[in-house]
Amino acid sequence: MSGEHVLFSLFAISTCASAVAVVVSQNIVRMAFWLIVSLGSTAGLFFLLHADFVAATQMLVYVGGTLVLLIFGVMLTASGPYLRLKIPPGQGIMAAGIGCVFLAMIFVTVVAVDWNETIVTPDGFNEPGAGNTARGLGLSLLGFRPDKDLGAADGSLSTGYLLPFEIISVHLLVVLIGAAYLARAKRRVASTDTEN
Amino acid sequence: MTIILAAGDMHLAGFFQERLFYPNAQPGAGAMILAALVHVALLGAFFGLPAGVFIWAERKISGRIQDRLGPTRVGGRFGWLQTLADGVKLIQKEDLAPAAADRLLFRMAPYIVVVATFAAFIVLPFSDGWVAVASDIGLFLILAIMSLEVLGVILAGYSSGSKWALFGAMREAAQMVSYEIPMAICAIIPIIAAGSLNLGEIGQMQSGWFFANWLVFHDPFTFMAFFSYFVCATASCKRAPFDLAEAESELVAGFLTEYSGMRWSLFFLAEYASMFVVSGIAVLLFLGGWHIGIPISEVTTPAGKYFLNLMGMFVFISKSSLLVFVQIWVRWTLPRLRIDQVMMTCLKYLIPISCFLFFGATVWPLLLSAIFGRTTVFLDLVDKNTIRSSVSSRIDRIPGRSMMSNSDTLQPMSVDATLIVKRSE
Repeated sequence: MSGEHVLFSLFAISTCASAVAVVVSQNIVRMAFWLIVSLGSTAGLFFLLHADFVAATQMLVYVGGTLVLLIFGVMLTASGPYLRLKIPPGQGIMAAGIGCVFLAMIFVTVVAVDWNETIVTPDGFNEPGAGNTARGLGLSLLGFRPDKDLGAADGSLSTGYLLPFEIISVHLLVVLIGAAYLARAKRRVASTDTEN
Repeated sequence: MTIILAAGDMHLAGFFQERLFYPNAQPGAGAMILAALVHVALLGAFFGLPAGVFIWAERKISGRIQDRLGPTRVGGRFGWLQTLADGVKLIQKEDLAPAAADRLLFRMAPYIVVVATFAAFIVLPFSDGWVAVASDIGLFLILAIMSLEVLGVILAGYSSGSKWALFGAMREAAQMVSYEIPMAICAIIPIIAAGSLNLGEIGQMQSGWFFANWLVFHDPFTFMAFFSYFVCATASCKRAPFDLAEAESELVAGFLTEYSGMRWSLFFLAEYASMFVVSGIAVLLFLGGWHIGIPISEVTTPAGKYFLNLMGMFVFISKSSLLVFVQIWVRWTLPRLRIDQVMMTCLKYLIPISCFLFFGATVWPLLLSAIFGRTTVFLDLVDKNTIRSSVSSRIDRIPGRSMMSNSDTLQPMSVDATLIVKRSE
């Protein structure tokens, strides 16, 4: 059992335990706190697997962005019935059933993968030295696949992720414009409020 | 992500493996843990010591600005032990939690803030190769880590069970969510000139005579982006004139109202440390990192290189401390903004300005190459491939590592180049 195994187990346990705590706790802000711990530990797992771009994105988008907005929203609304959530037993059973089905799906998927297959990367590519960890991903997003193409015969080039990347970018732009449209100052014809 | 650092060019885990465990092997768990402990001790010192010095400086400078003397007695002439005396006082205080507080969250909140700030030091390079964790996306990573700090502040404000604290936390959340955007855009502008997100590489690119290679002088847009970044960075540390989250005159102490003793001081330790981190990022991205404008490249002996790196570290810390001094100076000079003025500064001024600078920085090299046939005004930046190969060759010198990779494997950059050539054929 090497040091990496120990660290992996620590992060995995912390991810799962805090995920359970999210479900079990009844105070909505505590749920958000346990969600921070769970998502942060997932980022730790990504770091451990040398996927620091995914890990940093996980922290920036989910922990730093989504959760801040979530807690912000909860702080504005958390009074009276929303502060403590009491679930009726019927809903609890239904949620547990759906959770078990989802767990079974993940289990089937994990079992189906051949984990002993060795992944061959070309010499000199993506050596995890000097922090050279995100270059392969960056090249793939630009349309180059050095991990597939370097050893391959000429003329057979794999496709990168340039098209999905562009589609997502345009999608986000549309969302931004929509948000700005929804949040714009609406002019009222007859103003009744006294403030400026 | 690779852990490099410590004794000059030597990989610390490899060093321990060579000397204490089996030589010529990959670093095992024991060597890794030893190296990690050394890194944590060093970074802990970098986290705590500057914070202590800055707290003393803040008292002294604020005193001078307000025509007072500031601390004079503790520790001799200039009151330089004042921070330590404060620390002793704060440790002795009772650790109170209000009856209305959510005790678990109230106790955890300071730790989130401290852990997030401390984690930012892990990816901050202090000199050439002196970084605990080198990452290709160092800047992205450090911004992501810094964005976690606000969660602790919000939780602290919410769990205190006090209206003042809740108001402070709401203001902090609104301010942070807004100021992250122009700060990230301004941090990307020097990246356009440098072509790398690796903080170590960006620092190394700015070597050379005088200040021509400092990215702040690269083009007019990076020059303006530096000031724009610094304003956003000051706001992201919740320093005056953006300290709406505390606002003593209106909110008692904002999110800190209910805290006392060590938990209170942990927030302050994190605040001064994060001032150092954002200043360090500014120094790396704009102000030449650990370079002083005199290139010394002829040193080849390990001892000489080690000494050079040590000097570089002092240069880096001095530059960052200078920026922290500016933040302190601004705090005691400018009055606090109102919350609507804070939001207006960000949404109506900083975001459009940073978008304009971003656009300008992308167009600038095209414009220059159309007119003058070169992409920079001054000398060219140091060849990026040289930087990359020098950084990679340091890894090859790690004992144990050199066994697995033979020396004439393709360098990553040449792999990219072959592929691009292959694709264009």
